[in-house]
Parts: sequence; C-alpha cells; structure tokens
Amino acid sequence: MTAKNKTILVVDDDSDYLLQLRMRLEAAGYEVITADGQQGALDVLEKRMPDLAVVDLMMEHPDSGFVVCHHIKKRDPAVPVILVTGLTSETGMEFDAETDEERSWVKADVVLDKPIRFEQLQREMERLMKGA
Amino acid sequence: METLRVLVVDDEPGMRLGVARALRGHVVTVPEIGEQVALRVDQAETGERALEMIRSDAPNILLLDYKLPGIDGLDVLKQIDGQRGPMATVMMTAYASLDTAISAIKKGAFDFLAKPFTPDELKTVVDKAAANIILARQARKLAREKRQARFEFISVLAHELKAPLNAIEGYLTTIRDRSAGDDEAVYSEMLDRALVRLEGMRKMIFDLLDLTRIESGKRKRELAALDVCEVAAAGVETFATEAAKQGVTVALDADDNAVLTADRGELEVIFNNLISNAIKYNREGGKVVVSIRGDEAGVKIRVRDTGIGMTEEESSRLFEDFVRIKNVKTRDILGSGLGLSIVRKLAHMYGGRVTAESEPDVGSTFTVVLGSDQAAEGSGDGSG
Repeated sequence: MTAKNKTILVVDDDSDYLLQLRMRLEAAGYEVITADGQQGALDVLEKRMPDLAVVDLMMEHPDSGFVVCHHIKKRDPAVPVILVTGLTSETGMEFDAETDEERSWVKADVVLDKPIRFEQLQREMERLMKGA
Repeated sequence: METLRVLVVDDEPGMRLGVARALRGHVVTVPEIGEQVALRVDQAETGERALEMIRSDAPNILLLDYKLPGIDGLDVLKQIDGQRGPMATVMMTAYASLDTAISAIKKGAFDFLAKPFTPDELKTVVDKAAANIILARQARKLAREKRQARFEFISVLAHELKAPLNAIEGYLTTIRDRSAGDDEAVYSEMLDRALVRLEGMRKMIFDLLDLTRIESGKRKRELAALDVCEVAAAGVETFATEAAKQGVTVALDADDNAVLTADRGELEVIFNNLISNAIKYNREGGKVVVSIRGDEAGVKIRVRDTGIGMTEEESSRLFEDFVRIKNVKTRDILGSGLGLSIVRKLAHMYGGRVTAESEPDVGSTFTVVLGSDQAAEGSGDGSG
C-alpha cells in the first residue's frame, strides 16, 4: 500500500488542527486538500473528489460533519469517509458507523473520537483505501 | 382544544348530575398563557369506585364529597396520596367547618366547596384547579427545556475547551518528536501558536466566570451613581496598547450627563467586550468611536468600528452563547464566543438591550441602551 497519488480532503474548523493534520499526512506522502468548514468543504467538492475524506463533526453547525459526509456519499459512495468527533465524550451521546442501521443515517465508514491518534487514523485510512 | 377530565364522587345522584350539567360546555381560559381547555365529567357514587377509577386512569380534577357511604372522602384522599400526580382534588362538603377544610387541605386537597353551592361557585373553583394544573405542567415543560439548554451549553463548552487542548497537544507532540523536519523556525512558530491557543483558553475561562456570576445572581453587586463616561474612558485606556498594536485609533465622544445607578464591574464588562471586539475585528489603520449619551431614562452607549463587518445572517446569531462568526477574515482572531452574550445579559439586567448594525467590509455599530437598574430601585439591595 502506498500513499502516492492519493488525495485526502481534511475538513475541520480549527485552523491549528487542520495545519497539524496536513503536515502529518503530507509527511506520510499524501496529497492534502483542506477546508475550514461545511461550506468550504462543499465548495471544494464541487471542483474535485478526493480519494478519502477526514471530516470533523461540529463546525459551523453541530451537525456540519454529517452534512459533508452525506454530500460526499451522494456524489460518490465509493469514496471512504472518516468522521472525527469529540461528541461522545462531551455529551454521552453515542453513535457509530458499525451496523447497517447506523450507516443508514451516519454516512461515514468509520467514526473516530477526538483527539485522534495519528497512527490509528493512518491505519484506518490504509484499510479503507485498500483495493481502491 | 385540550380536554381535562373531571371525576365527581358523590352518593347523591342529583349532585353528580348537577355538577355534570353545570360543567357541560364550560371552557376554562388560563389567561397567563392564553390557553383554553374543555372539561369532560365522569361520575362515581362511592369512595371505593372512585379509587378504582383513579387507579386505572386518574382524572385531572377530582371533585370529592366528604361524606360517603363506605370509606369517606378523607380516606380516599389518604389512599391516593403519593400517586396523585398532577391531579387537583376539590373537597365538597356540607359540614363546611373550618376543621374539615383544613384537614382535607393538609391531606393534599387543592381547595374545597361548601354545599350547597351554585353553578358559578363550582365553575370558579374548577377554573382555579384547571389553571393550576395547566400552569404546573407548563412549569415542568420550562424546567425540562432549561435542563436541555443547560445540556447543550455544557456540550458546546466542552467542545470549545477541548479544541485548544487538542491543538496545543498536537503542537507539543510534534515539537517533542521533531517530526516536522529540520527547520527550527517551524517549531518556534508552533510554540507561538500553542501560546496563542493557551491565551484564548484563558480568555474563555474568564468569560465563563463572568457569565456564571451574572447568571447565578450570587455575586454581590455594588450599585452606585456612576459617571458612565469615566468608566468608558478607563475602558479605552485598558485597550490602548492592544489598539496601538493593531494600528487602530480609539476615540471617546462623551456626554457629561451620563450618570447611571449601576455596578461598576458590570459596566466595565460591557465596555471591555465592545471595545475589544471593535479593535479585534478592525482593519489596520481603522477607527473606533465610543460615544455615550445620557438622559432621564438611561444611558445609550454606542461603539462603532471601521472593521470587517458582518452579513445580516451573521449578525442575527451574534448574541447567542458561543457563537463566533467563522470566515476567512475572522480565522486568526481569538474569542470565546461569549462576550456579546454576556453584554446582552447585562443589558437585560438594566432593563435595556443591545443591537448591532453592520455592513461587510465597512464596519459594525453596537448600541447598548441601559435603564436604571431594577434592583437599585426595588429591593435596595447593596445600594450605596
């Protein structure tokens, strides 16, 4: 598995977080495009589809991440989406994308809790893009 | 229209029929919340039958005769104690002695009716009971909504406090592992960003403490006749360095008659938030004008800037908790998203309000109108 020629879209409203993720992903050999929110992400998606997207949940609106995920899957269901959220630990509200029922409304392949460990993120990315 | 259920318990058929007839078609209006309810009347002729009916499906209002053939009205009252829920009981008694009434009310009755009573007397008491039920229900709904709002506030707060922690942790880990290459300048930039995020977090905690103090009402307020211009001048002074750093000039256009009975700390919080915003969201070489006008009714504070401005949609959300306008222009500006929400809450305490007018890339004007403080005139609490 090689990271070469893979384009990753990272969406987060925290500019520092965005910068950090971009650095690490670029160091790992990916090409990275970023968006700082729901609207920014939709604008990017108008122009190009990434090979995988890492999307934060709470941005302009508490459910911005869901909207972005939904949009990506509508355009191309084959593009893997990782939804990143601090929601579970903050509110006790739990959701995941492990069963079909959950995936019917959470349009993501994997849900990761913030703060994410980069190694785990990278493992999930490689798994999801395998064979793509 | 909602229908409340009334159960009339009396061994005299004439009494049951009379009550049912008097309440048929009667509509109760609850003026406090402008709600109307209709009534449906069921009947029971003994205490035992009444208990059965209450246990299977409790009515909203129970009209209970004191003297019944089997167990009496007080026994019924005793047995339904604790499972009464939102049911209002009215005792009907021919022995309208004060003792009977008191013992019934002690056992949880809402009111009593002395027999014989007229249809109007009956309606008056039933109206009261119905209003009581509707208002209690409304109060429970409000309490639930308040808990919900609290929950949302805390969720967002946790999110806002964790975001800088994650960012700082990310930078520190990168610096420790030297995982961003050999350029030392990159690491020193990361340290600066980490410090900026720490500062933002500190600001958020301070704003949060301000907000908690205001909302709890626990803080000792010291109300005095204050020269608002003097407080404004001190506020302008506080931000002189900050303004100079941003290349923004701040002018004070004051009116000598602006005297207000207020808590100095609260006025300072208002000025600090408005002036600091006007500087932060300004442009290089921009201006801020703080103007104060006073009359008998109160004081009008206006803070105008020549900054980045906002769209109408953005300014409509501005005064809610944790709302920060996020766009390319505000990306590098720190804020807790609580400042204007605090200003709004303070303005309300002074019987006033805060409004914003804005135009993108031209600037914003915030106007705060403060009346004399309610508490200052009312309770006399802490005036001096």
